[in-house]
Amino acid sequence: VTTTTGTVAATSGKPRKRGGRPGLTPSVLLLIIAGALALVSLVRLISGADDITSAGQVAGALELAIPIGLAGLGGLWAERAGVVNIGLEGMMILGTWFGAWAGYQWGPWTGVLFGIIGGALGGLLHAVVTVTFGVNHIVSGVAVNILAVGATRYLSEFTFDTAEGGSSKQSPRIDAITEITVPGLSDWMHDLQARHWFLVSDLAGVIGGLVTGLSLLTVVALLLVPGTWWLLWRTPFGLRLRSCGENPVAAESLGVNVYRYKYVAVVISGGLAGLGGAFLAIVSTGIYQEGQTGGRGYIGLAAMIFGNWMPGGMALGAGLFGFTDSLKLRGGAENVHAMLLLLAILLVLVVARQLHRRKYLPAVLSAAVAALLFVWYGLTDQVPSQFVDAAPYVTTLLVLALSAQRLRMPKANGLPYRKGQGA
Amino acid sequence: MKKFDRDRLILAFAGPALALVVAVVLTSVVLLVSGTNPWEPYRIMFESASYVDVQVLIVNQAGTYYLAALAVAVGFRMNLFNIGVDGQYRLAAMMAALVGAAVELPGPLQIALIVIVAMLVGALWSGIAGILKTTRGVSEVVSTIMLNSIATSLVAWLILPKNFGVQPAGSNNLTTGDIPESGWFPGLDMGVEAGEIYGFTFVAAACGVIYWFVLARTRFGFDLRATGASASAAQASGVDAKKMILTSMLVSGGIAGLAGMPTLLGDAHTYSLDFPTGIGFTGITIALLGRNNPLGIAFSALLIAFLDKSSASLDQFGYEKEIATIMQGLIVISVVVSYELVRRYGLRRQQQKVGEELAAGGALKTEKEGAAL
Repeated sequence: VTTTTGTVAATSGKPRKRGGRPGLTPSVLLLIIAGALALVSLVRLISGADDITSAGQVAGALELAIPIGLAGLGGLWAERAGVVNIGLEGMMILGTWFGAWAGYQWGPWTGVLFGIIGGALGGLLHAVVTVTFGVNHIVSGVAVNILAVGATRYLSEFTFDTAEGGSSKQSPRIDAITEITVPGLSDWMHDLQARHWFLVSDLAGVIGGLVTGLSLLTVVALLLVPGTWWLLWRTPFGLRLRSCGENPVAAESLGVNVYRYKYVAVVISGGLAGLGGAFLAIVSTGIYQEGQTGGRGYIGLAAMIFGNWMPGGMALGAGLFGFTDSLKLRGGAENVHAMLLLLAILLVLVVARQLHRRKYLPAVLSAAVAALLFVWYGLTDQVPSQFVDAAPYVTTLLVLALSAQRLRMPKANGLPYRKGQGA
Repeated sequence: MKKFDRDRLILAFAGPALALVVAVVLTSVVLLVSGTNPWEPYRIMFESASYVDVQVLIVNQAGTYYLAALAVAVGFRMNLFNIGVDGQYRLAAMMAALVGAAVELPGPLQIALIVIVAMLVGALWSGIAGILKTTRGVSEVVSTIMLNSIATSLVAWLILPKNFGVQPAGSNNLTTGDIPESGWFPGLDMGVEAGEIYGFTFVAAACGVIYWFVLARTRFGFDLRATGASASAAQASGVDAKKMILTSMLVSGGIAGLAGMPTLLGDAHTYSLDFPTGIGFTGITIALLGRNNPLGIAFSALLIAFLDKSSASLDQFGYEKEIATIMQGLIVISVVVSYELVRRYGLRRQQQKVGEELAAGGALKTEKEGAAL
């Protein structure tokens, strides 16, 4: 999946023409997606797990990927301005609670708004502690997480516990947000997909999943990814914000109010995580449940690192994690089992690439792992669901281990900054 | 010089004192806003803590917290952020329980075996993060977060009855099977009603002494603190920074492995689905509050354990016990902020003082020069 070229570090000092890492332009991104689809299609034909690219699967993956992606986007905003945000999980929790609290009383869209506000409050706290008081970013993030858990539990005792249809751990039901289905196209795609043709049916499944029962909030969330890219990489505001993450002292010398930009970035970051939480409560489940976020804030952070601190890569990571999640939820064992084959084939491709580059030792290692996966696939019928749970985390660790030197986070990310004290 | 030291001492105490006052005031504000009595919960908590059985609970809980916080503190002294203490603790407790239930050795040997397995597993799990950091440059913060979640899945899989778990008859719980009585750590009996203090709590206290001795009195401890203060300076003076990172990560994981022992050896005697979680994150709070100082951590562990255990009685009086969690969060934030403020104040004071002395010296010098002319 990683398509980094080794030039990132070398060119980091120079201004770049296109935003992001060279090689991950929108067209390359499309090419990756097309290649992945062809590969998945092949695996589907071999394994007979027809559900892995069905419209339902894709819709499910999208719905699971959105909260992860929103958290990741939140992480992106904060870290691009140089503030590490481990508190995403806590801000998401605030988003679920506030979203549900306002949602069940005044309708889902008010809920969305309050979810954003709730998360943004968490972001504001993080900003005050890290930017104004200069406390270690990770310490502050941990504190935000603890506080969010305590505050939402406490608040539930007064609100949901006394409301009709709620309890101290659960909110009353929230009205659903309008879902759109493109008439005609949706049915046609479902037809095509049911024929199980190579690639055509898979493409139909993906399109079918995207045009059937699509929540309006999903559309909004999807638009936020290119929106973020445009704002951060195409506007003066974005340039200034990113300069605070790369070299705040230089930014200060050019008259940028670094504190203000960091504040804005971290509050938006919290708002996005809060929106992710609100999405969980309002769209995914329709109620607030205690512990609903289940570490998605951390997975969002992982998706962002996976995507090399770029919106496109982050979305790719979130999509991948959402897809693994949905494989498990829908008929699980068989689908995930097919993924072993996919992984093995991917590794064979990696081996070919490494041999081409004359990296023999890594090639041998990858080949050995690929062989192991083939054996695992051949000898078993299913993969334990616990391993599937761990998949996003293991993937992230592997990506980090294999390409940490090529990943490039904002240069001043996590470093303390005091106005007027630049060396 | 002596006066300056006293100032530092006052500043060192001013931080936590300020933080606690702020946290209490903020909690009272929360209570006021939610329409309840802002002082009554504290009274109930203190009253509850005056009973011996609650005190025993607090001490036992504090022992566990103390070990978790020491594990975090070792990393902190090195500028390493081991967020993974929680995963290391859970995986280690589970594996130790498995081994303990599988073999039966005479008393002390059985206990030693379980403890060693726990330390090794904890060190193994943190060692992954250490190796990733030293060989591949992966931030330990991210890798330990990932390892926490992987540990959760791994434990969930291992404890399935078809793997290594046992399902007690008539229960939904899963356990790892019971450790034979030779592996029970004897406790200190406090009377029939009070229960007993886990014997391992005293081991935890001993760990604190060892922690102090190693850090303050050995070459290794000096290297560790030096690397934490400035990696490049330490490297220049001949310290192998990579080796130090790996070693301290392993030590941290080993201590994290011990954190499950008071409960496992003193009370539960098995790892089950309801084994306490989140200990590692509380450990972070406590290490911060105690400023990585073994004595400070001990007081902080007692304080947090007090909040935990004495808040349980709040429910009976119509107050929400979640207020204790809020208070913990507020304590962390006010602690880190107040430490930072006190540090800045101290720095400014020091600069001022040095500035004054220099100015005085300079004045003297110019006088002399003036006299010479």
